[in-house]
Amino acid sequence: MQAEVRTQMSRMWRVGLLSGLALAAAPAHAFIAYVSNEKSNTVTVIDTDSWTVTKTIKVGQRPRGIDFTRDGKFVMVAVGDDDTIQMIDSKTQAVVDSLPSGPDPELFAQDAAGKILYVANENDNTVTVIDLEKRARLGDIQVGVEPEGMTISPDGKTLINTSETTNMAHFIDTSSRQIVANVLVDARPRFAEFKHDASELWVSSEIGGTVSIIDPKKHEVIGKVTFEIPGLRKEAIQPVGIGMTKDDKTAFVALGPANRIAVVDVAARKVTKYLLVGQRVWHMAFTPDEKYLLTTNGVSNDVSVIDVAAQKVIKTIQVGELPWGIAIAP
Amino acid sequence: MIRWLAGLIGFALAVTSALAAEPALIGVGYLGVAATRSTLSLVEQPAENDGIAGARLAIEDNNTTGKFLGQRFVLEERRIREGEDVVRAAIALAEKNGFIIADLPADALLKVSDALRERGTLLFNTGAIDERLREADCRANVIHTAPTRAMLADALGQYLVWKKWSRWLLVVGSHDEDKLFADALRRTATRFGAKIVQERTFEDKGGARRTDSGVTLIQRQMPVFTQQAPAYDVLVAADESEVFGAYLPYRTWDPRPVAGSAGLVPRSWDASQDQWGAIQMQNRFMKLNSRRMSAVDMQAWTAARMIGEATSRTNSGDVKKVTDFIKGPDFSVAAFKGTRLTLRDWNLQLRQPILLVDGRMVVSVSPQEGFLHQVSELDTLGYDRPESKCKLK
Repeated sequence: MQAEVRTQMSRMWRVGLLSGLALAAAPAHAFIAYVSNEKSNTVTVIDTDSWTVTKTIKVGQRPRGIDFTRDGKFVMVAVGDDDTIQMIDSKTQAVVDSLPSGPDPELFAQDAAGKILYVANENDNTVTVIDLEKRARLGDIQVGVEPEGMTISPDGKTLINTSETTNMAHFIDTSSRQIVANVLVDARPRFAEFKHDASELWVSSEIGGTVSIIDPKKHEVIGKVTFEIPGLRKEAIQPVGIGMTKDDKTAFVALGPANRIAVVDVAARKVTKYLLVGQRVWHMAFTPDEKYLLTTNGVSNDVSVIDVAAQKVIKTIQVGELPWGIAIAP
Repeated sequence: MIRWLAGLIGFALAVTSALAAEPALIGVGYLGVAATRSTLSLVEQPAENDGIAGARLAIEDNNTTGKFLGQRFVLEERRIREGEDVVRAAIALAEKNGFIIADLPADALLKVSDALRERGTLLFNTGAIDERLREADCRANVIHTAPTRAMLADALGQYLVWKKWSRWLLVVGSHDEDKLFADALRRTATRFGAKIVQERTFEDKGGARRTDSGVTLIQRQMPVFTQQAPAYDVLVAADESEVFGAYLPYRTWDPRPVAGSAGLVPRSWDASQDQWGAIQMQNRFMKLNSRRMSAVDMQAWTAARMIGEATSRTNSGDVKKVTDFIKGPDFSVAAFKGTRLTLRDWNLQLRQPILLVDGRMVVSVSPQEGFLHQVSELDTLGYDRPESKCKLK
């Protein structure tokens, strides 16, 4: 009896020690998040260890789409009203260069090697192709009305662009730069995300209020995720950003003015939980260890931090005005 | 018999392959009036192609989508001059076009809808805001993208009440449409708890809208006209005829804001609207038409986009099929107003948020927060289902 208590005690002590160690080790896993603030014309830098703002970088007008180059050396931010993509040096955290993105860039995607960048030009019904190394424009692809969402298939062979007024996901062959298929989805498709195993493409429709699940081989909608929040008008549910865990088991969908992130069971295509975040939630990014998910909340001017395993919002960080996009250093 | 059947199948195959190669043509007619009305403000003067310009842009947008679906949209425009027979023009348009966008006065629209009923042509009312077209005179072959006077009045009223400007001095013009707008404003005041402290009529005694002597006289007249009013928060003007409304701001005896037909104006659309991705469409419109987009342009754009939305969803240009889909429960259209727009199935009026604009900016968008409804908050604007007198036929 006594021995049993002792064993238990020692186990508790050991667990305590281990978690203490884990805490002490945490700073080694600190990441840096960059948030584009659409209204302030700034990018906010957040340290994910202390969850504090460490710097605010002045950029061009109306910064929205934001991502790291594959080598982690630069943060690219689309400044739509300046018709360019600016490059922030991630060491000095200052704007050092810009890319010939074509007019009004919003979202963009890069190939696996990080050599070619594809940019959606909302005003021109085109996708501009850029050589990242030479920082030169290689050409463009004609797509539907108001191209927005951009993603690339895990094998790099297919580029996806969604067009907001045409209501389609365009499948573009990256080698020939030709559209090979068009899939009609619900109104105002804004964001596209592949499952990591490439078996499904998820496309959010802001006005339609759904996420369409597309079979990328058959080019067919094979399912839809719908959302229902008691006490909330259907019109307020406007899906935008999507994040998917690496094991493809859980997806997170930002619901805009519904002020919530939906947690979706990917296999069942069903919402399991709604997490209340800030107002008008746009986009999101995981920390590379996938412990945390950060969301940009446009109207409340903050970023919510979600503990991914616990599926709980643990923190809110004030950033600039109308935060829109977010990228976390690899 | 077998040979005949084989022949038929062969023919059907030939037709299918021909369809695959040639895009399906979808004809859209535009029927409007050639005259433009005169406004007090030169800036507000409608363009000669007001409305049509919006339809043209939507046809371009539909064709961008259509090239991926094998659909091609063609717009046939027809403007009626004074004395011309509108019904004859409508029948001629309906020969090639299963859909007609109509910017016509209420009576002309009714004549056209009755003349085309048997044909199955679907009409879109993009100009007339008269309540009766959605109430006692509603028609099963007319869809309304133009808002109604009651929707506009309610949109304004909700904001004024939210702002706690609940004592209104109502000034009404002497023309019929001014009186109709005043009726709508009175209904709004009753619904939302505002008080009309006094009503005044501004008689139209004729006279030019532009004079070389300019503002001197107006500056003397307007303060006198608005003096000795009971205590009020806001002057609400009902002047659709453009006789006096625009003369009121900054010239009232008491320093009070002006709303209604001047000052803060309710509209389905405005050149300054840039929220919810609207900037892209405003840019496209400017590129195509070299001017800014008006409410009537937007109402026509929405009508043509509704057709395009339904043809892409049904993958068909068949008028009956498309009409059924538009009138059905699954239809909605995105029109840069932050929410999907749907049809009120009891009278085929498009539900829509209404902008409140001051000529330079969008001041607010109604429905306002706190005006609740069990079906759609958009139904807090205008006549709701239980009040409706419409029997679609």
